[in-house]
Amino acid sequence: MSTSPAQSHYPSATYTQTSESHTLSVLVDNEPGVLARVIGLFSGRGYNIDSLTVSETEHESHLSRITMVTTGTPMVIEQIIHQLERLVPVHSVIDLTVMGNPLERELALVKVAGKGDARVEALRLAEAFRAQVIDASTEHFVFEITGRLNKIEQFITLMQPLGLVEVARTGVAAIGRGKEAM
Amino acid sequence: MAREMTGAEMVLKALADQGVEHIFGYPGGAVLPIYDEIFKRNDIEHILVRHEQGAVHAAEGYARSTGKPGVVLVTSGPGATNAVTGLTDALMDSVPVVCLTGQVPTHLIGNDAFQECDTVGITRPCTKHNYLVKDVNDLARVMHEAFYVATAGRPGPVVVDIPKDVQFATGEYVGPSNVKHKTYRPTVTGSQDAIRTAVELMEGAKKPILYSGGGVINSGPAASQLLRELVRLTGFPITSTLMGLGAFPASGKEWLGMLGMHGTYEANWAMHDCDVMVCIGARFDDRITGRLDAFSPGSKKIHIDIDPSSINKNVHVDLPIIGDVGHVLEEIIRVWKARSPDQDTNALKEWWQQIDKWRSRKSLNYKNRDDVIMPQYAIQRLYEATKDRKTFITTEVGQHQMWAAQHYHFEEPNHWMTSGGLGTMGYGLPAAIGVQKAHPDALVVDIAGEASVLMNMQEMSTAVQHDLPVKIFILNNQYMGMVRQWQELLHGGRYAHSYTEALPDFVKLAEAYKCVGIRAEKPSELDAAIAEMINVKTPVIFDCVVDQVANCFPMIPSGEAHNNMLLGDAVDEGDLDDAISEEGKVLV
Repeated sequence: MSTSPAQSHYPSATYTQTSESHTLSVLVDNEPGVLARVIGLFSGRGYNIDSLTVSETEHESHLSRITMVTTGTPMVIEQIIHQLERLVPVHSVIDLTVMGNPLERELALVKVAGKGDARVEALRLAEAFRAQVIDASTEHFVFEITGRLNKIEQFITLMQPLGLVEVARTGVAAIGRGKEAM
Repeated sequence: MAREMTGAEMVLKALADQGVEHIFGYPGGAVLPIYDEIFKRNDIEHILVRHEQGAVHAAEGYARSTGKPGVVLVTSGPGATNAVTGLTDALMDSVPVVCLTGQVPTHLIGNDAFQECDTVGITRPCTKHNYLVKDVNDLARVMHEAFYVATAGRPGPVVVDIPKDVQFATGEYVGPSNVKHKTYRPTVTGSQDAIRTAVELMEGAKKPILYSGGGVINSGPAASQLLRELVRLTGFPITSTLMGLGAFPASGKEWLGMLGMHGTYEANWAMHDCDVMVCIGARFDDRITGRLDAFSPGSKKIHIDIDPSSINKNVHVDLPIIGDVGHVLEEIIRVWKARSPDQDTNALKEWWQQIDKWRSRKSLNYKNRDDVIMPQYAIQRLYEATKDRKTFITTEVGQHQMWAAQHYHFEEPNHWMTSGGLGTMGYGLPAAIGVQKAHPDALVVDIAGEASVLMNMQEMSTAVQHDLPVKIFILNNQYMGMVRQWQELLHGGRYAHSYTEALPDFVKLAEAYKCVGIRAEKPSELDAAIAEMINVKTPVIFDCVVDQVANCFPMIPSGEAHNNMLLGDAVDEGDLDDAISEEGKVLV
């Protein structure tokens, strides 16, 4: 829905750019509240978080790496990066998407219940997707699958008619190509 | 050398080592150990406010009139939550404030203890940074970091939340020289390439404009001097945001007045028609730009800002320069002088002729009356009576604020304190108290509205207790004037709850606070009453009874562009109804 710009005492939104998905890697001090600062920034300023993972990656220096997938117009993505950089405990922010085709992986645990043909089909598909069985009974499997986002999406879609019960996903971890660090 | 002392001692030692002389605060259970230290030493003066919001605004006034960080000390729970409005105000207007809050003992945190609140959680979005200190050995470092973060880069408020057991505990104190922040290093020097390109753009400009903001003032007095030099060198016209008033003298011939929603005709038209715009420490706020897709459509925009997140936030700029205004201006001037540029003098002459045409429209004019005091006239008379002495002006928020910005003329930076970004009614009186504490011999006037000033009226008691002779100059029209103006524009003149039926008698109120009350009701009484106000050595509440229905013009109406302004003398009531369409009235 759009409103005529002449009708509001605040300037109207200018939606001339299209949204893009970007993967950001954010290096932060692993201190209390740092994730709340990042998440609060996103909710407070109305940015999207499609995926977010965080873990301490450099124990010596107490640094955590936050990997987030976000969507927005190029102007919004630029804002997100600058706003993140403005947070005091943030060391650096890298837009991996701009760096070029980053390596992105996600892990999902997928529980499928069923008997008979459906069960056989689920196992067959799991093998095709190189998913591991990590728990099983005569009436269910739990698969562990790792891969790019669309591979996992596709696997889950295929499991739906075969007795999909529930899914747990880690969110995307990503890293740039080549020998350089961020 | 590290020294053993209690947390409370460390707080005071750190404040002293940071050069703090005054703190604004209010005691309570969770900060009593710190108050005990204040009692024991006498190098830091504490100003007891009447409400914690007042403490933060006072610290803001102190900071903005001195350039030094303002310091606040409040207790846990309600002490901290009352400070939130002030902190948000300081964040929006980039004011360096360090706010120390008491907290319940660490073992009770999260237990819903008496006067407990999640201070760091609540203040996270309204501070530049905040800390909860759980170990006394971190306290000294955090205190010094807090001052560094509050003042470095784009200034802002920092909260340090200190549990009561940490105040009692003993640990090692470290001095400021031993503390270096791990990560926070704002960029202060601009890129040389960008600066050269900027000078080239400016040299070739046919219709240039400088648009300066609060960043110039935050950068320090040197930046204002450099801005003046740049104007002298280039001959460019200059306008400023509300926050930037005083960086360039209002008496300068290149001065176009304030721009934006209630800015002058010439400033807004020049912004709209320019071909090169140099934005210096301002942020393209929505009160400035009006309708975004019609904002200065034909110009190349250069944007100097210390905060990269200000670049391309609202308006796409052609040439960003990240850095401190002072450093960048110095470089621009150096490069400009080295090039001895060949400006298009004919084009610039034509541009000035055009600007003079806009100026001749005299957009700040209003119809004066001799039976009732017009609010604009009151400010003009106040200006005339105070311009030759050292005067600081604070304001509340609303029509009176805009009239003050239009009709009080500032020659120097740091003499104008107003709540711009957040628009906090109740700012001016406590801010004036902070200013007066920093400048005991100066005249400090809060240009107020009767509605705003009542929001923090209790601080008169603070002013009286601490012998701070602030002058509260109330333009009393019995309305929340700006609300009424918008209701007139957008809601068919249905003045829902914008009229105050039961106002106090401000003269008697002043007497109740044991200070002086003065009232002026007729234009003929005004000058003598203002003179009396200035001469009185105590705080004064000046009840200036003004025209009840005056509106603030010029004005860029709802979502319009800079070249579509409403002018005071061209508007009568019928026009006001038509200024915004029926659909627009629903949407605002």
